[in-house]
Amino acid sequence: METSLASAPMLRPSTWPDALQSRAEHPDAAPICGGTDLMVDINFGRSRPAALLDLTSVEGLDSWELIDDGSTVRVGAGVSFTTIVEELSHLCPALAQAARTVGSPQIRNRGTVAGNLATASPAGDAHPALLACWAQVEVESLRRPRLIEIDDFFVGPKSSALASDELIRAVRVPAATGPQQFAKVGPRNAMVIATASFALNLDVAGRRVGTGIGSAGPTPLRARQAEQMLEETLIDRWDSPGAVADDVIRRFGALAGEAASPIDDVRGSAEYRRHALAVLARRCLSWTLADLPGASARQVARS
Amino acid sequence: MTVTDTATRSSASAAADGVGVSAPRPDGVPKVDGSFVYSSDEYHDGSLWGVTLRSPHPRARILAIDTSQAAGVDGVRCVLTHEDVPGSKLFGMNTYDQPVLAFDEVRYQGEPVAVVAATHPEIARRACELIVVDYEELVPVTNPEIALSGQVEGLPQGGLVRHVRIRHGDVDEARATAEVTVKGRYEMGTQDPAFLGPESGLAVPLGDGGVELYVSTQDLHRDQRQVADCLDLPLDRVRLVLSGVGGAFGGKEDLNVHIHACMLALSTGRPVRMVYGREESFFGHVHRHPAIADVELGATRSGRLVFTRVRLVLDGGAYTSTSQVVIANGCYFAAGAYDVDNVEIDGYATYTNNPPCGAMRGFGAVQSCYAIESAMDRLAAALGMHPLELRMRNAISEGDLLPTGQPVDGPAPVQEILSYLRDLPLPADSDHTTGDMRARPGGVGNVTRGEGIRRGVGYALGMKAIGFSGGKDDTCTARVTVWIRDGEPVAEVHCAAPEIGQGVVTLQAQIVRTELGVRTVELRDSDTDIAESGASSASRQSWMTAGAVVGACALVRDEILERAAAVLGSPAAGLSLDGTEIHDCDGRPVLSVAELLGPESVSHAYTYSHRVTEPVDPERGQGDAHIAFAYAAHRATVDVDVDLGLVRVVEMATAQDVGTAMNPLAVEGQIEGGTVQGLGLAVMEELQFSDGRIVNPSFTDYLIPTMLDVPPMPMKIFEFPHPDSPYGLNGVGEPPNLSSTPAILNALRDATGLELPRAPVRPSDLVIELGGRANRRASARPLQA
Ligand SMILES: Cc1cc2nc3c(=O)[nH]c(=O)nc-3n(C[C@H](O)[C@H](O)[C@H](O)COP(=O)(O)OP(=O)(O)OC[C@H]3O[C@@H](n4cnc5c(N)ncnc54)[C@H](O)[C@@H]3O)c2cc1C
Repeated sequence: METSLASAPMLRPSTWPDALQSRAEHPDAAPICGGTDLMVDINFGRSRPAALLDLTSVEGLDSWELIDDGSTVRVGAGVSFTTIVEELSHLCPALAQAARTVGSPQIRNRGTVAGNLATASPAGDAHPALLACWAQVEVESLRRPRLIEIDDFFVGPKSSALASDELIRAVRVPAATGPQQFAKVGPRNAMVIATASFALNLDVAGRRVGTGIGSAGPTPLRARQAEQMLEETLIDRWDSPGAVADDVIRRFGALAGEAASPIDDVRGSAEYRRHALAVLARRCLSWTLADLPGASARQVARS
Repeated sequence: MTVTDTATRSSASAAADGVGVSAPRPDGVPKVDGSFVYSSDEYHDGSLWGVTLRSPHPRARILAIDTSQAAGVDGVRCVLTHEDVPGSKLFGMNTYDQPVLAFDEVRYQGEPVAVVAATHPEIARRACELIVVDYEELVPVTNPEIALSGQVEGLPQGGLVRHVRIRHGDVDEARATAEVTVKGRYEMGTQDPAFLGPESGLAVPLGDGGVELYVSTQDLHRDQRQVADCLDLPLDRVRLVLSGVGGAFGGKEDLNVHIHACMLALSTGRPVRMVYGREESFFGHVHRHPAIADVELGATRSGRLVFTRVRLVLDGGAYTSTSQVVIANGCYFAAGAYDVDNVEIDGYATYTNNPPCGAMRGFGAVQSCYAIESAMDRLAAALGMHPLELRMRNAISEGDLLPTGQPVDGPAPVQEILSYLRDLPLPADSDHTTGDMRARPGGVGNVTRGEGIRRGVGYALGMKAIGFSGGKDDTCTARVTVWIRDGEPVAEVHCAAPEIGQGVVTLQAQIVRTELGVRTVELRDSDTDIAESGASSASRQSWMTAGAVVGACALVRDEILERAAAVLGSPAAGLSLDGTEIHDCDGRPVLSVAELLGPESVSHAYTYSHRVTEPVDPERGQGDAHIAFAYAAHRATVDVDVDLGLVRVVEMATAQDVGTAMNPLAVEGQIEGGTVQGLGLAVMEELQFSDGRIVNPSFTDYLIPTMLDVPPMPMKIFEFPHPDSPYGLNGVGEPPNLSSTPAILNALRDATGLELPRAPVRPSDLVIELGGRANRRASARPLQA
C-alpha cells in the first residue's frame, strides 16, 4: 500500500563508514534493518520519516563472531532472530530462546536485535536475555564509537541511551558458562507480545546470577534482590549445588515479582504480571538448577 | 489435521468434479500465489484515492465543519461532507438510520464525517487532518443495561432497538415441578470478524451520470439499493461488480466504502479507489454483539428439563444495522437444541454509543448457545450427571415443538451427533516434560515443563436456522448458457452470489457438471446485471444458489432435448443429455450437442425460492419462522496451566449434520474455520473498550488464533439429506461457530473448577491463586458417564 515513502529517499550505504556518514548527513532519516517495527509505525501513521537509511546492505553487519578469546559473542546489528535461533543456541541460550519467541517465522527472518534495542520497548523480547547476560551495546557515530552497558541502555518507555547521530553496530553477549532460561507469557501460544517475561543466567564461571524482566515496567528491568539472594545461596555451592530448598525458589520468585513495576493495560493487569513473573522466575530457576552440574535430580520439574 | 468420516454417497452424483466431490476451487491457486485480485488490488488508470475522516469521539455534537484548508492542498481533488450527499442522507441494511456522513451528532468513535479524494493516499490522509470539525463532546452511553433503563437521553427509541418475547408453555407453573434449578449470568465480549482483506473498492463514473462500483461485499443488490438511494440515482445507473473478497463473516453486509467512493467519483469525474488500513478497518465494519445473558434452568432429578428462562441483552451500538434480526435469532435458539415444554425468553437489543454491531457468523445464536450450554453444564453439576448424558436426555428430535411453536422438521440427528462425541476416544495425555513445547500451554513462550498443567474436557451442542427467517423470504437467480467452442460444449453460469471464501464458485461449476455433464464451466463475474442472489449470509448461499443453478440447468437441458427431439423426430421424453452427446432411450449416442447447436447457444435463467416463512407474533413469539435447522456439537479437550492461566486446546472433536456434503473438502474447511473462530472467542478474541473507544484496533492486540493455537479436529460429517433443499444439502458455515466457544469454556471449567462467567477467558481469569475464591464453582461433578 502506498505511503509517504513513495516519495521518501532511500539511502543504501554498503560500508559501515558510509552508513555513519549518511547518519550524520541525514539526521531525519530513520535507520531501517528488518523494518518489522518501523514499517508498522509508518503504516499506522505514528512515524513519517523524511527518508530511510537502509542498513541491510552494509557489509559484515549481518554476521556474528567470537571475540575476547571466545568468551564473548559479537552479534552484528543486521543478524536476524532466525540466525540467532539456528546458530547461537549453545553460546547464547537465553537470547536464542527469546529469539525463538519473537513473532512468526517471517518476522524472525527479518527482525534484528539491534532493531529490538533501538525501539527499546519494555516488551522487546531480547532485552531480558541481554540484561541477564550483562551484554554491551556497541554504538557508533562519526564522533566516536562507544560501548553502552545494557543496564544503562534503557532510559524510559521506548527510549534508550542511543544518541540521535548514533547507529548500533553490534551487541556483545558474554558466552554462556552455565544454564540459562528465557520464558514469556502471552495470551496466545505464538506470535504474541509478552505480557511478562523473565530471563535467568547462572554464570558458573563468574559465580554470578543474572536476571532480566520484560513487559513489567516502564523499561526492561533487573531483579537485583533476587540475583543477590541466589548468589548468597549458591556462594559455596556453585560446583555442587545439590538440592536447593523449595523456599529459596519461592523467595526467588517473590523477589522477581517485587522487582517489577507493572501497570494495568490492554494486555494484562499489574497484579497478573507480578504473579506471572514470580511463577516464571520460580520455574526458570528450577530448570537452570537442574541443569547445573552436580544438581540433585529432585530439582527437576517443580513449580 | 482432520480425520473425516463421511458416509458414502450415491454414485450417480459422483460425476467428475461434480456434486459430492472435493472439486478444487478455481480461486485456490491464485489466492496462494498472489495473483488473485482482491478488492484492494482494483486499479484504474488515472484513479484518485479516497480517504475518510472519522470522529475521534464516541459522542459529540457537530457544531461546524471547515474543509477549506483541506480543499486547498495540492493534489486534493475534492472534500465532501453530509451537505454533498445527493440523495438519502441515511442508509442501513433494514432501517435507514446511519448517516452517510455525520451531521448534527456523531454517535460512535470512528463514524465517518468527511471524505477526501486526492492524487495520492498520503495527500488525502494529510488533507483529512486539515479538516476542522468543531465538536461539542457529550457523555457517551456505553453500558447497555443503562441504555435499557430508559433513563438516558439522546438514544434512538429510548435506547431499545427491539424487545423479543417468546412464551412457550408456562414457566411459573413448571417451576413448581422442577426438583433442581440453576441460575447463571454469562457475559461475552465483543468479537471482531477480523477478516484479512480490508474494506476496499473502486468507483468508476460512467458517461450517463451513473457509476460502477467494484467492491467486496456479501450482497450486491442490497448494497445497490442503498447506494442508489443515497446517490439519488435510479437503480440502473448504479452497477455493482463483486471484487475479490478477503473474508467477511458478516462484517461486509453493511456498507463501507461504497457510497463514499461513488460520491467522490461522481464529484471528480475520476475513478476513485478506497482501501481501509488495518486500524481503520476495525472502525469500518460491524462487530459481533457483546452479550449479557441470564439463564435459569429447571429439571427433574432424573435430568429432564422442565423449564428454561433466558434474558438476553445484546448491545447493538450506535446504529441499527441488523440488530433487530440478530436479537430475534439469538432468542429463537436461546433454549438450545433441547426439547423443553416451558420456555420464557426475553431478548433486548440496545442502542448505545459503542460502535455498531451487526451480523457475524452465527448471528445472535453464538451468544445464546454460549449461555445455554454454560448453564447446561452447571445443571449437570447440580444433578451430579455427566454433561453429555444431560444433553442426550433432552436433545431435540424431529417433531418436537420449538419455543416458537414451530415443529422441528427435517432431520434432527442430535443423538447421533452426541453419540459420536461420546464414543470417540479421548486424546492421549501429553508428556509435557519431554514433548514439543508447542503442544503445551504457552507454546513457544517456554513457560512450563508440566508444572501447573491440568486437563479438562467440555461439551457443547448448538442449533440454528438456515436461511432467512421470520417472513423475510428471499430468492436467488442464476442464468446458465451453453454453447459450442472448438467443437466442445461450454457452460457459463451467471449469478450474483458473492464468493466470500465459502466456495460458492466451485459449487456452481460442480452442479452444472452434474446436471448437464458439461465439463468446461465458466463463471461470469457476480454483478447486478442479473437479478439478485441474496446475501452470502445465514448459511444460505449454497442452498439458494444450488436451487437456482439446478433450475436453470433443467431449463437448458429441456430446451436442448426438445431441439434434439425436433431434429431426430423422436419424443424428447426418451432422450437424455450427457454433456457432449444426446442419448436415446437405450443410452445410445444419437446426436452430438456440437452438431445440434452449431453456432447457437441455449440460455435460461431461473429464480429459486425457498418455502414461505412467517414472522413470529410480538406477544408470545409464535410462528413458523424457519425453513431449516442445522446442528453441530463439539468436545473440547484443553490443557490449562493454572499458575499462569495459559491454555492449549488439545483437541476439538466435532460432529455436524450437513444434509449432503456437496464438496467434502469445502465442508471440512467451513467446519475447521468455524471451530477456530469459536476457539478465538473462547480464549483470546475481544475488542476492548474504554468509554466507547476501542483500545486494541490492531492485530497487535486484537489476537486471533495462529496455527500453534489450533488443535487437531477429528470430525464426523453426517449426511442426512434435507427433504426441502437441492440435493438434500443443508447450511454448513455457521453451526460449527456456535458450540465451539462453550465447549472450550466448559472444558476450562472442568480443568480449573472455576465458574468462568465471561468469554473470552483471559489468563488472569484462569489463575486459581488470583481468581479462585470468588470464582469457584458451586459443586464438582463426576467426570465420566
Ligand atoms: C507481527 C510482528 C510480531 C512481532 N513480534 C515480536 C515479538 O514477539 N517480540 C519482540 O520483541 N518484538 C516483536 N516484534 C517487533 C519487532 O519485530 C522487533 O522489535 C524487531 O527486533 C525489530 O527489528 P528490525 O530489524 O525489524 O527493526 P526495524 O523496524 O528495522 O527498526 C526498528 C527501530 O530501530 C531503529 N534501528 C534499526 N536498526 C538500527 C541500528 N542498527 N542502529 C540504530 N537504530 C536502528 C529504526 O530506526 C527503528 O526506530 C514484532 C513485530 C511484528 C510486525
